[in-house]
Amino acid sequence: MKRKEEFLEFLTKSTLGAFTLVVGLIFPFTTLLVLVWESLPAIERFGVLDFLTGRTWDPVAEVFGALPALFGTLLVTFIASLIALPVSVGIAIFIAELSPDKLKPIFSTATELLGAIPSIIYGMWGLFVIAPLMADYVEPFLQETLGRVPLIGKLFEGAPTGVDALTSGFILSVMIIPFMSAIVKDSFEMTPALLKEAGYGLGATKWEVVKNIIIPYSLPGIVGGMVLSVGRALGETMAVAFLTGNVHQIPLSLLEPLTTITVSIANEFTEADTDIYLSSLYYLALILFVMSFGLLMLAKFLILERLGKRWGTKNA
Amino acid sequence: MGKMSNATPLKIDVRNFNFYYGQHRALQDINMQIYERRVTAIIGPSGCGKTTLLRSFNRMHDLYPGNRYEGEIILYPDEVNITNSRVDPIMIRMRIGMVFQKPNPFPKSIYENVAYGLRLKGVKKKSVLDEKVEEALRSAALWEEVKDRLRENAYSLSGGQQQRLCIARAIAPEPEVLLFDEPTSALDPISTSKIEDLVVQLKDKLTIIIVTHNMQQAARVSDFTAFMYMGKLVEFGATEKMFTKPDNKLTEDYITGRFG
Repeated sequence: MKRKEEFLEFLTKSTLGAFTLVVGLIFPFTTLLVLVWESLPAIERFGVLDFLTGRTWDPVAEVFGALPALFGTLLVTFIASLIALPVSVGIAIFIAELSPDKLKPIFSTATELLGAIPSIIYGMWGLFVIAPLMADYVEPFLQETLGRVPLIGKLFEGAPTGVDALTSGFILSVMIIPFMSAIVKDSFEMTPALLKEAGYGLGATKWEVVKNIIIPYSLPGIVGGMVLSVGRALGETMAVAFLTGNVHQIPLSLLEPLTTITVSIANEFTEADTDIYLSSLYYLALILFVMSFGLLMLAKFLILERLGKRWGTKNA
Repeated sequence: MGKMSNATPLKIDVRNFNFYYGQHRALQDINMQIYERRVTAIIGPSGCGKTTLLRSFNRMHDLYPGNRYEGEIILYPDEVNITNSRVDPIMIRMRIGMVFQKPNPFPKSIYENVAYGLRLKGVKKKSVLDEKVEEALRSAALWEEVKDRLRENAYSLSGGQQQRLCIARAIAPEPEVLLFDEPTSALDPISTSKIEDLVVQLKDKLTIIIVTHNMQQAARVSDFTAFMYMGKLVEFGATEKMFTKPDNKLTEDYITGRFG
């Protein structure tokens, strides 16, 4: 009897341990190995620095440079985060602090459901609904207003087509908002009641408590949510696959088409007819892998640790 | 309950006060007087409603839904009824400060913790802030320990120091009344005695109401004591009398440790 239990315990432990090992360590590691292996020809041909800074992407001449796709990825992600951050914090404040208790689960679920919509549907919605709206109304409006401001006006030059960096960034922001606002909301709700009461007890208003106590206390959560969402946005393909225009160029304005790493890979993988073309796409994937991985590591070990200590959330 | 200490003016008058958590009547017909610049202790076993009563004085119950006040709590000298829903709780909380069961400094610097209440009142001038922060920290007997590290995070202080910081934070905006909700329940004996000394010193400046589990503490620091049981005020009187010859049998049993 006793030996049977011990055996069962051993079996459970070792099976679960093996799963964890495979999923947590061996999967990512072999993925990385495959990516490096497949990119080797391109790494040999173009080197690291030259590939990262190369602006030409010419399958016919077999010259490949990652800069346009890399820049496009970062730009679209940046626009998406810029839009998503204030909106998500706003949603989180509303759900955590302002909405009536009875409606809280409804609002909460509604925003989370937004995250359950498949990304290809966001892409279709973006192409068929948002892009025309952007081309006909939003972008001309931006050109009339912000476009006339010196310096930043340059960002809004060109024909408003709706298939460009701005629309891509916007659609991506809608995709990551549910994700980001859920994390931010959770960290808001982790603010101890005692701390909030300390603020109210001094005569603070609700807004003052949110601004001076809840947001500073939740800052690690906000930053964490932001980094995780950015990591997700970096790797998101289908939502923006229709909207970037897939042009390997560094856009000078937000209204020009561009490409991202994910979109390039998705669009060109089946067309890659030479070994070096295919290898260059693997090389792009490797760069994306390293970026996402690096971002997560940074979030985990640097930002969150340091913020946690600074704001005393670790010992409270 | 008789007339006591006619020499000292009333600060708060609780009249036929009831409090409801939803349907549950947590406080029943409380009548009680709080005298100015005196320490009033509220004692009683767990769940007797003493903290509920304390949190009614600064409308803390407003933060959570389903709570209801009934009756009057009059704040002197302007005779405003604290529990009237038309009275702005923000104004009440600026006049009636609170120190909590556990030290709860903000995750900010020592200086900013004390300055926060002043900033809420609209004080912006640095010289005024500096002066008031120092004054509050001196009154809380913390200045000598922290004067060289005002910019450090409040969490770098010990538990007892954090609680004195919370007292400094509460007195900086110069409230008229200060509420203490079992302020030493999370502290060691030495820190506890420092806080008790402070309570006695502070009554020169303001009116104090302290909820405590510890009867010796009530005897040491207070001028008046209220004994509560099952949501009712059983007996109220001068602390000396309450602890030597209480009128009520229940009070005597509790004070002599026969229950609770």
